[in-house]
Amino acid sequence: MIGIVNYNIGNLASVINAFTKLGINAQIQSDPEKIGQYDKLLLPGVGAFGDAMEHLKSNGMDKAILEFANSGKPLLGICLGMQLLFECSEEFGSHKGLGLIDGTVVKFDEAKFDHPLKVPHMGWNEMFVQRDTPIFDELPKDFYLYFVHSYHVVCDDKYAIGKTHYGYEFVSAVQFENIYGIQPHPEKSHDNGLKILTNFAKL
Amino acid sequence: MDYFAKRIIPCLDVDNGRVVKGINFVGLRDAGDPVEVASRYNEEGADEITFLDIGASHEGRGTIVDIVKQVAREVFIPLTVGGGIRELNDIYALLNVGCDKVSINSAAIKRPAFIEEGAKRFGSQCMVVAIDAKRVGESKWHIFTHGGRNDTGIDAVNWAKEAYDRGAGELLVTSMDADGTKAGFDNELNAAISMAVGIPLIASGGAGTMEHIRDAFAIGHADAALAASIFHFKEIEINDLKEYLRKENIPVRSK
Repeated sequence: MIGIVNYNIGNLASVINAFTKLGINAQIQSDPEKIGQYDKLLLPGVGAFGDAMEHLKSNGMDKAILEFANSGKPLLGICLGMQLLFECSEEFGSHKGLGLIDGTVVKFDEAKFDHPLKVPHMGWNEMFVQRDTPIFDELPKDFYLYFVHSYHVVCDDKYAIGKTHYGYEFVSAVQFENIYGIQPHPEKSHDNGLKILTNFAKL
Repeated sequence: MDYFAKRIIPCLDVDNGRVVKGINFVGLRDAGDPVEVASRYNEEGADEITFLDIGASHEGRGTIVDIVKQVAREVFIPLTVGGGIRELNDIYALLNVGCDKVSINSAAIKRPAFIEEGAKRFGSQCMVVAIDAKRVGESKWHIFTHGGRNDTGIDAVNWAKEAYDRGAGELLVTSMDADGTKAGFDNELNAAISMAVGIPLIASGGAGTMEHIRDAFAIGHADAALAASIFHFKEIEINDLKEYLRKENIPVRSK
């Protein structure tokens, strides 16, 4: 059974719909005490980094997620949920994240873009797979997914399992042992996204 | 190399729970069933789907929510709803069942702060401001309401900038001159607005050929193109359109 962390920052209808469509058992959970019971944990997220961390801390959900990650069971962060896995973010001042993976979260630096583009990065873009990882099983070396974000992760290449080009190349998917993060929204990315959720369920 | 895809968005007019305006798909059991029609577009490579609630009476709000709820269980691409959205609660009800964005039009003109309120509560990414513009002079357009009959006197480019400043995440720009003509988009209007704001522009109104859609991107600086009848009546198939755009060096999503 997959647990989907609910911390009051947006609706989870699309994520739960996707698992239902795929015939995968998943449950929305807002009680930190019950997080440990799941085989896998999904950390979704839209909105602002600081607000999200505050919500997670308000009832001890942050500690429950850390405990889960340390147990070795698979954890997947999506979009903001991926960014929260890192140490800190510069979004609206500096905020500490969960610190499960070394790295930071920064705003797209438009001054470095190779041609003018709009921020947020919103729409379909290509994920270029960097190395073999079970979460991208049976997917091609590059494929389209749906992105909505203004901030992105900066981390060592050893964690990067996927990169995307938007003005410049940035890390759009990461893995560190049992911890996975993906910047685009698999639950809104048609067959490619559903494949990623299926792969996660199979871990 | 740019891989970031220009988006193709079919628009479905719905009234009282049914897709209206005939949909000419072979093999559809029920051309009025929103789930069936949306699923078909999803399979054909649509990048998003927009529902325009043309009934949009206040009593009918429940129906569009129900439609989105059903579609979101089957179709995993971004879904937008426009028509009759006047309050934050209307937006909440839609997002809560799997809708990704709402398109607001007259409610924003009547009370521009509505854009800010929606962006603050739900995020800019789900606030699309729809602008119905009509040419009133050389490189000059006004916002029109009531299907293009009523001139508000508001300059379209200025209104676009204001919507952007107030937190709109995207603009859906319909040329009331081009709409229904199938003679091409108003690329001058779209370029003027697109260059004036830092958010994506969805071009609407006037699509008749694949070349028109190419020009919306290449000349009109649009980030997405929305059309209804050319897709519904199979004058253009989305797969063929994407193949054509790819040959014209316009990046589009492949499967």
